[in-house]
Amino acid sequence: MKLSVRHTTEYAYAEPVDFALQKVRLRPQDSPLQTVREWDISIDGGRIEADYRDHYANLVDLVSAERGAQKLTITASGTVETRDTAGVLGKVYGRAPLWHFQQSSPLTQPGESTQAFVDVIRAADDTLTGLHDLSAEVLKKVPYAVGHTQSDTTAEEAVQIGKGVCQDHANIFVTAARAAGMPARYVSGYLMMNDRVDQDASHAWAEVHLDDLGWVSFDVSNGVCPDDRYIRIAIGRDAHDAAPMQGLRGGAGDESLIVSLQVQQ
Amino acid sequence: MKKEDKHFSEMMRPDGVRDPYQNYDAWFSKQDINRLSKKAQEAEAFFRRTGITFNVYGQADAEERLIPFDLVPRILSNTEWSKLSRGIEQRVRAINAFLHDIYNRQEILRAGVVPVDLIANNEAFLPQMMDFTPAGGVYTHIVGTDIVRTGEDEFYVLEDNARTPSGVSYMLENRETMLQMFPELFSKIRVQRVSDYPKNLRRSLEASAPPGVQGRPCVVVLTPGIHNSAYYEHSFLADQMGVELVEGHDLRVVDGNIAMRTTRGYKVIDVIYRRVDDEFLDPLTFNPQSMLGVPGIMDVYRAGNITITNAPGTGVADDKAIYSYVPEIVEFYTGEKAILKNVQTHRCSQPDTLKFVLENLKDLVVKEVHGSGGYGMLVGPAASKKEIADFAEKLKAKPANYIAQPTLSLSTVPILTDAGLAPRHVDLRPFALVSPNAIDIVPGGLTRVALTEGSLVVNSSQGGGTKDTWVLEG
Repeated sequence: MKLSVRHTTEYAYAEPVDFALQKVRLRPQDSPLQTVREWDISIDGGRIEADYRDHYANLVDLVSAERGAQKLTITASGTVETRDTAGVLGKVYGRAPLWHFQQSSPLTQPGESTQAFVDVIRAADDTLTGLHDLSAEVLKKVPYAVGHTQSDTTAEEAVQIGKGVCQDHANIFVTAARAAGMPARYVSGYLMMNDRVDQDASHAWAEVHLDDLGWVSFDVSNGVCPDDRYIRIAIGRDAHDAAPMQGLRGGAGDESLIVSLQVQQ
Repeated sequence: MKKEDKHFSEMMRPDGVRDPYQNYDAWFSKQDINRLSKKAQEAEAFFRRTGITFNVYGQADAEERLIPFDLVPRILSNTEWSKLSRGIEQRVRAINAFLHDIYNRQEILRAGVVPVDLIANNEAFLPQMMDFTPAGGVYTHIVGTDIVRTGEDEFYVLEDNARTPSGVSYMLENRETMLQMFPELFSKIRVQRVSDYPKNLRRSLEASAPPGVQGRPCVVVLTPGIHNSAYYEHSFLADQMGVELVEGHDLRVVDGNIAMRTTRGYKVIDVIYRRVDDEFLDPLTFNPQSMLGVPGIMDVYRAGNITITNAPGTGVADDKAIYSYVPEIVEFYTGEKAILKNVQTHRCSQPDTLKFVLENLKDLVVKEVHGSGGYGMLVGPAASKKEIADFAEKLKAKPANYIAQPTLSLSTVPILTDAGLAPRHVDLRPFALVSPNAIDIVPGGLTRVALTEGSLVVNSSQGGGTKDTWVLEG
């Protein structure tokens, strides 16, 4: 499927900024799941200072706001050809070893609540079924609802709050899969929801490594394995590692954010 | 003196004075002790004036203290030094190869030479360094290997200090002080110079600049600020190299580089000799609360536009559990046997070993795997029964956090006391500079001396002093 994306993030600063930096992970790459036909990131009110491949092989742009700017706009747009592989990315490996994805990270520290999910995986006859059961169980225990969690909410906290968004679902899922001994990671990207052009937000899901299949994806929030409606962008051990944007700003004053995302065929 | 007999004396043999000390001894025997005592006071006044002091962590008043200086030099022959420096060079080369491997292909883990757990559970392993090669493949631009001696030909490496070794300013100031106090000694005895160190350090750092830098690379020293215990050394080294001493707030990302604020606008930095720990280096990538670092420096680093020395994540080789594998690491990467020996190291993570260590605490030195500076360690022979019992509890609670080593019979060098010369235990920290093309080891280093009779703890934070270290010309 050929998907067109236009993703605009606009920061508005109440006071002119002395400096503001954004670590931007918004460049999809070719994989068995997708081929990038064209892609561009454009900046208004700032510039790209450096671009590089990070430790998970994600493409990162370091963006700075112009000195004295009151607005910084980052637009990622392009076209990606996607393929439906029933969620299987396969045996595709970077330099980060599998053991690294068995380790917890700040947002995916296992706790009592996440530990309970491990039993769900183990109760199934085979691992793949167990992971689908886990996905369903996470959504049951933490139904989708916006406004209850933040970007720094941990997996454990989200389970206790009992409501969350795709970021929380993916964090919980990888925490539980690791607690069951499997390498697991967080994926950020885009999803085209069939009934609309204007999408609510960037999406997130999870990947688990199985000895026979390699990496397999699970979208907990939608209860499916990602297909050709998904564009995969960045990976990491948790939402923090794969965040589309991570910022730091000097100076006082409030900051507001407007995001618009269009994904369509 | 009787108690000291079992220890190797670097100056005295049973039948006389050892060769490297012959000329010094001939000079010393003609000196008036009162005059030397007065010189010792002069030296102290000199250090106070120049401001060489350090803060001791963990003391309520965090007072500034002077590290005592003893004016009897520690002397090594050129032959002794040659072997030592060859051994250090081999070790440093292997550690750099190890770091590159650990952050890239991890062949040594695949080969089963080093257990994966030691890296996976290593707090100093920095995922952000994976799949990246610093300019010239150098990770440890500055290394300060801690070495102890137990016999005529018995040298052991105690620690590799691949992270941020300090103390080189004492090496330089100690020599400067000796030259001022006893110029006649240096005309009688030919001692290899250490004064080129700052020049060599700058050259070595410049050689590690990112490829493609036009003209002479710009080097700076990044300090956490005046409250850091080693601030004196940071400002001293910047001054001696003739480069700027900067703090995080002086720097920012400009046009894809890290640049420092100057009176004429921003100036691009090519190499940053940072004395700020990994965790505080970049609030955008690591600890967001850090005020000591430079936001975005890790991004600029991975984009290849600045060299950070030492590279982030080198602490993974400083871990004391990794230390126990260094002989295997040397062999794996160089194909040679290690020239310098390791101290026998018991890993308490293994149940049988833990049992042995608990039964023999009174004879062992037990250290925290990630510890440094002599903190959190037990020196069995010097500890009370209660201290041993308390330590045993800590050990049982978290065995993997500790390693144990036999109490080494450290060599002695005399110090000047009111009653004349008296032997005290010493160690040695030579400093190696690593650049893409060369490893340069300054002839000498920092000799630390336990000033208390019989004590084996030489750390300055625990009451140790320093000596000038001489390597004789061949």
